[in-house]
Amino acid sequence: MPKLQELQDLTIQVRRDILRMVHKVSSGHPGGSLGCTEFLVALYNETMQLQPEFDMDGKNEDLFFLSNGHISPVFYSVLARRGYFPVDELNTFRLINSRLQGHPTTHEGLPGVRIASGSLGQGMSVALGAAQAKKLNQDPTLVYTLHGDGELQEGQNWEAIMYAAGKKVDNLIATIDYNGQQIDGSTDDVLPMGDLKLKFEAFGWDVLEIKEGNNLEAIIKGLAEAKTRTGKGKPVCILLHTIMGHGVDFMMYTHAWHGKAPSDEQLENALAQNPATLGDY
Amino acid sequence: MKKYIDQGKNDTRSGFGAGLTELGRTNPNVVALCADLIGSLKMEKFIEENPERFFQIGIAEANMMGIAAGLTIGGKIPFTGTFANFSTGRVYDQIRQSIAYSDKNVKICASHAGLTLGEDGATHQILEDIGMMKMLPGMVVINPCDYNQTKAATIAIADYEGPVYLRFGRPKVANFTPVDQKFEIGKAVMLNEGTDVTIVATGHLVWEALIAAENLEKLGISAEVINIHTIKPLDTAAILKSVEKTGCIVSAEEHNYLGGLGESIAGFLATARPTPQEFVATKDTFGESGTPEQLMEKYGLNHGAIENAVQKVLKRK
Repeated sequence: MPKLQELQDLTIQVRRDILRMVHKVSSGHPGGSLGCTEFLVALYNETMQLQPEFDMDGKNEDLFFLSNGHISPVFYSVLARRGYFPVDELNTFRLINSRLQGHPTTHEGLPGVRIASGSLGQGMSVALGAAQAKKLNQDPTLVYTLHGDGELQEGQNWEAIMYAAGKKVDNLIATIDYNGQQIDGSTDDVLPMGDLKLKFEAFGWDVLEIKEGNNLEAIIKGLAEAKTRTGKGKPVCILLHTIMGHGVDFMMYTHAWHGKAPSDEQLENALAQNPATLGDY
Repeated sequence: MKKYIDQGKNDTRSGFGAGLTELGRTNPNVVALCADLIGSLKMEKFIEENPERFFQIGIAEANMMGIAAGLTIGGKIPFTGTFANFSTGRVYDQIRQSIAYSDKNVKICASHAGLTLGEDGATHQILEDIGMMKMLPGMVVINPCDYNQTKAATIAIADYEGPVYLRFGRPKVANFTPVDQKFEIGKAVMLNEGTDVTIVATGHLVWEALIAAENLEKLGISAEVINIHTIKPLDTAAILKSVEKTGCIVSAEEHNYLGGLGESIAGFLATARPTPQEFVATKDTFGESGTPEQLMEKYGLNHGAIENAVQKVLKRK
């Protein structure tokens, strides 16, 4: 795969963006952002069919909805580096008068964002509507979503999960960031969710797992496999096994960095582990 | 005073159903969603004629609001249908984030609002929905008064770009506004010109206001009656013009006085022109089981209550 090195470089640069964005404003959510970096880089630069210009209706292009809106740093960085808005605008993250709100919104007109998210559990329902609009429009492109695993504790997800299978919404690929962590601790400590694969299957979904959720090749392969399973009468779920805080040794394997920014020293350490590839914003 | 003729009692929810049916025939982008209440919302005809444009969501209103938001992405104009209680309080955060804050072109159509839902009791009789919806930035709030007006409003909101809350009810009530009227969002309708007092009413209370005005006329009191079908944006110019003439105002609505039409008027007049006002509304209470007529009498929401409020406000001029 000749493109792989480019995507690797982009992944490292996105990590640097995330760290610098949250450090600058001493707030934001680095843990989940770092854990989903490879996934979003692969999705936007390898998997999705996109139109050159952003249009809210997104006809004849794949759509993505971020349900766990708190990982906005990775979303913004990937969007900017895909050309949706100037990379320098990452400088304005969480500042007053910015289009880069703490959680993503359509309200400030940021290209690439089609729904506000942050209050958890709503993204899958929205994606179902968009997927059904595509069917009405005879638009063969797909709808992708990303959800936190802890987010599945919100009941609305299960309304949507039941509906998606019951109504055969088979142009949807929903990915669960299966890192096993949430704000107050591990998901098993906070509220054990049992076997998510069995649960989705029991609801009538086609489920596949990407065991190495921070490995670009594994993700690209998994997404391609997921795509082949669409259009067969079942919604498709990917359980993406990630490590929260991936790529920064002291942020990994813990929930501590869910919503905490690094200090000056910690930032220096973290950036040293991810040397600049494409140039900082 | 101007005479209004009841063309035959009908329910406002049937006006919604008729409007939706017409939209099904005229606007290919209109889609409808329902949370297991097709018959109550009178959506059968639309579904029969446009089965591919109807989405039965099941008893899952939160999911319905999200799906509606998503359908707008791709150019659809979704009309959601369920009871007012399940259209607002149950799904407030979904409406707030996925529809209002996300600027989505969703029409939230809510039946069985208020006490006139009747025998099912307080679990279903929402009296707080106008307040919740009007507080959302950008949300238009409409509460038409009869069958004809509800039909016209349903058709009109499809041409408006942005989120709308359309509130209507269950019982058959007087149908007195013109057939095929043009509905203008945010434009109050002058029903009777008067000089002593302004009565502004919304929804089912508009007909009661007309009866009250007729009874007051017999007592030598000249009441101006204005139908405020759009609570937000409020037609402040029409209200100001009227109270400049009459000097006092009574607001009438099937809703809690906290958060309702009366509160919006009071808030406006407090800064524009302080004016004595009386509120015909529920007084921070839940409802209960009973017939619509019994409930409107017990909770002070009929023409008698409006007449009493007029007598009271006249003394404060």
